Amino acid sequence: MKHLIPEFERLKTRLPPGHDATLLLPCLRRIQEDQGYIADGDIEGLVEYLGVPRIQIEEVLSFYGMLRRAPIGRWHLQVCHNVSCSMRGAERLLDHLSGRLGIQPGETTPDRRFTLSTVECLGACGTAPVVMVNEAYHENLDPAGLDALLERLD
Amino acid sequence: MTGRKVLTGFEITADSHTLAGYRARGGYEALAKALKTMQPRDVTQEIVDSGIQGRGGAAFPAGRKWQGIDPHDGQPHYLIANADEGEPGTFKDRWVLEHDPHALLESMLLGSYALGVRHAFVYIRGEYDRPWRRLDAAVEEAYAEGLFGENILGSGFSCDLFVFRGAGAYVCGEASSLLGSIEGTRAWPRNRPPRMTVRGLYQAPTVVNNVETIASMAWIIRNGAQAFREIGTEKSPGTRLISISGHIRYPGVYEVELGYSWTKFLHEDCGGLLCNKPLKAVIPGGISSQVMTGMDAKVLTPGEVEGMTLDHEVLRAAGSSLGSGGMIVIAEGTCMVRLLQIMLRFYRHESCGQCTPCREGTGWMHRIIDRIVAGEGRPEDIGTLYHIARFNDGTTICGLGDAAGYAATAMLDNFRDEFDYYIEHGHSKFGGNLECQ
Ligand SMILES: Cc1cc2nc3c(=O)[nH]c(=O)nc-3n(C[C@H](O)[C@H](O)[C@H](O)COP(=O)(O)O)c2cc1C
Ligand code: SF4
Ligand code: FES
Repeated sequence: MKHLIPEFERLKTRLPPGHDATLLLPCLRRIQEDQGYIADGDIEGLVEYLGVPRIQIEEVLSFYGMLRRAPIGRWHLQVCHNVSCSMRGAERLLDHLSGRLGIQPGETTPDRRFTLSTVECLGACGTAPVVMVNEAYHENLDPAGLDALLERLD
Repeated sequence: MTGRKVLTGFEITADSHTLAGYRARGGYEALAKALKTMQPRDVTQEIVDSGIQGRGGAAFPAGRKWQGIDPHDGQPHYLIANADEGEPGTFKDRWVLEHDPHALLESMLLGSYALGVRHAFVYIRGEYDRPWRRLDAAVEEAYAEGLFGENILGSGFSCDLFVFRGAGAYVCGEASSLLGSIEGTRAWPRNRPPRMTVRGLYQAPTVVNNVETIASMAWIIRNGAQAFREIGTEKSPGTRLISISGHIRYPGVYEVELGYSWTKFLHEDCGGLLCNKPLKAVIPGGISSQVMTGMDAKVLTPGEVEGMTLDHEVLRAAGSSLGSGGMIVIAEGTCMVRLLQIMLRFYRHESCGQCTPCREGTGWMHRIIDRIVAGEGRPEDIGTLYHIARFNDGTTICGLGDAAGYAATAMLDNFRDEFDYYIEHGHSKFGGNLECQ
């Protein structure tokens, strides 16, 4: 994480002074974006850089669904299965994906290409069903559209 | 046409979301006017006079919240725009972030001036990548033109803005939980009192408002409170962004003048139901607002019944609410037992766990409904669900525990026969169907 410190320092300029712990979540997000997950060494680094106790960092890490302590597949497929998406075919989509990849939600394919997850409402209910692939939303999907999308993910 | 517009009355073009596009339609004129001719208190008074109610769920008068802060008491104050938008069915703040981010930013500046805020925040949900990119680009444009930072427009007023990204937790949309998230701690909701306008972010007086609430402020300052009051109804002034989804032909975000006919909205503006099915039920304002039957909503078919209007009072009187504006339309033939199962799974997943009735109650209700759906329901299950739901009410720190209970009781009250049928026969009266076929 050390190479990201200049970036973190720039973030500080728009924050009120004396509240460095506010940078904890932004730092964790940035580290994960950089290397895919948060390692033990990163936690040590943040204890030192932000002056936040280790236990507080562990609590924050376990609080949020998006933060990870271990790497996952290259493509993270997150299928929304909340009300509006389910009313537009999300359950069929999930079954299709699970069958095609041979894994259940929460699992990664042996070649580490795909990780499959379910998520709660993504705020795209008007274009349901939606699957989030890494950062990007793919909306109005049906099984055929999903197959076409998978072909494009190496 | 869904009535007069406050937020969406412009044409979306390639650059309508940029600073240049916003300026071309009068953007940042309200800020210049306020900084030159108004005292901070005058700005707050204008918001009070407009009568605007919060658009995040509870419809609390925004002006009254702002009056809870004395801009000249010498302490730091904070203003936070709540862009967490996690309430299932809701996607309207995303419209503002993607299509009119500068309306939010200008309004944040006006609010910061009114409340004596030096450092303001936007808390945006972690999954919103594209909306965040749009917002972030707008913030950089505004900084580059001296609209944030020191001595804005030569007025002596200084203000910085930090866009804080969440990381996937519904409860962080709850205003006090959001504070913990920004402070770098586990984001547990906090007991009130003290109110957040007394002790909020970093223990200082803080206002948290929904994105749509704040984004309307620039319009109010530019056009005046009186002009705002002329839109909508006497008790529900202005407009609401309604995000509509489910079994509806034209889902999307619509700006609806408060007091507009619900029947017209559903059947004309939104094209009526999918598959030409009759309306079975509607959840008016996100799953935390009580489900209504099509009959109760009086919007069954065009012309068949006298329609209800969309405003805060009418929906409250009908036992539900406009909530977050996330309207979910449910056609005849849908299995309500399965829908409640999805809702309860959600609340169980999102409970932060610090209050026993919420932590245990959401889990317990979810286990019961899972069992009913698996065909192993017992006759006493309905009574137990009611019991847990009522026990939650009012005994928890934040509204999540209450909402889970309300969702369950409203579904049971309105569709009791379906739950009884499922338990008695071990399968759904509607084949477990959720889609409109
Ligand atoms: C569990 C829970 C989740 C909430 N999520 C949101 C949200 O995503 N966005 C929002 O604006 N308000 C949300 N609220 C309401 C906020 O606590 C707060 O009332 C609101 O942001 C105030 O803004 P307003 O007065 O402008 O409506 C939530 C409340 C609860 C109990
Ligand atoms: S009601 Fe539920 S979500 Fe809210 S503070 Fe209590 S346990 Fe947490
Ligand atoms: S229910 Fe899937 S995006 Fe809202």
